[in-house]
Amino acid sequence: MTSYPHIKIQSEDFDLTTEVAKLRQGHKDIGAVVSFVGTVRDINEGDEVSVLELEHYPGMTEKALEKIRLEAHERWALESSVIIHRIGKMYPCDQIVLVAVSSRHRENAFYAAHFIMDYLKTNAPFWKKETLPDGNERWVDARISDKEAEQRWAS
Amino acid sequence: MLNILYFASFREMLGTANEELPATYQTVNCLINELAARGDSWRQALLDNQNLQIAVNHDVASRDTMIKAGDEIAFFPPVTGG
Repeated sequence: MTSYPHIKIQSEDFDLTTEVAKLRQGHKDIGAVVSFVGTVRDINEGDEVSVLELEHYPGMTEKALEKIRLEAHERWALESSVIIHRIGKMYPCDQIVLVAVSSRHRENAFYAAHFIMDYLKTNAPFWKKETLPDGNERWVDARISDKEAEQRWAS
Repeated sequence: MLNILYFASFREMLGTANEELPATYQTVNCLINELAARGDSWRQALLDNQNLQIAVNHDVASRDTMIKAGDEIAFFPPVTGG
């Protein structure tokens, strides 16, 4: 399988400070770092959520995320970027996803991080399953608002 | 052979994560028609489903995508990561 050093799919947690330090390593021309961390909410569609389980499509996930990352690099002048997405069982307040980008000036980094997250939501093959406090499980439905968020970047 | 994968709610609904089938189909659509004939849940997931997502060899595909021996074809619902 092709390896993508700036894409990580892992069950273990990540540390924002460590990841940002790696992102900046060797880049003295960086003037801006923007990072986004997605976390598990304890409520969805009005119901309390006890467990969130993330499934993905090994192989396609990495390829899809790398495509999104490279497109961000084409659209904006970035120095470096990283995407980390966790899989498996997570609990409220856990970190799920990290997107971090660096650039010389802040505007490019802000736009690129936003773009990567919007595209990840609708193009990377991950699926969420929630367990409610009564033990019932349900697959999370895709949101129309996520599709609309992606479309704002159409050029 | 074709390697066929099913993810998330599809895997549960169809009771299988992956299977191999002979590469006798020209397009994804031909394959879907064959699979849909297996029963109601297959038909609902693959044929009557406006939101069906398809990938061929890890790239987003459509019903019209051509397929050949050795291809990996995946069927899944809309994605919900992030």
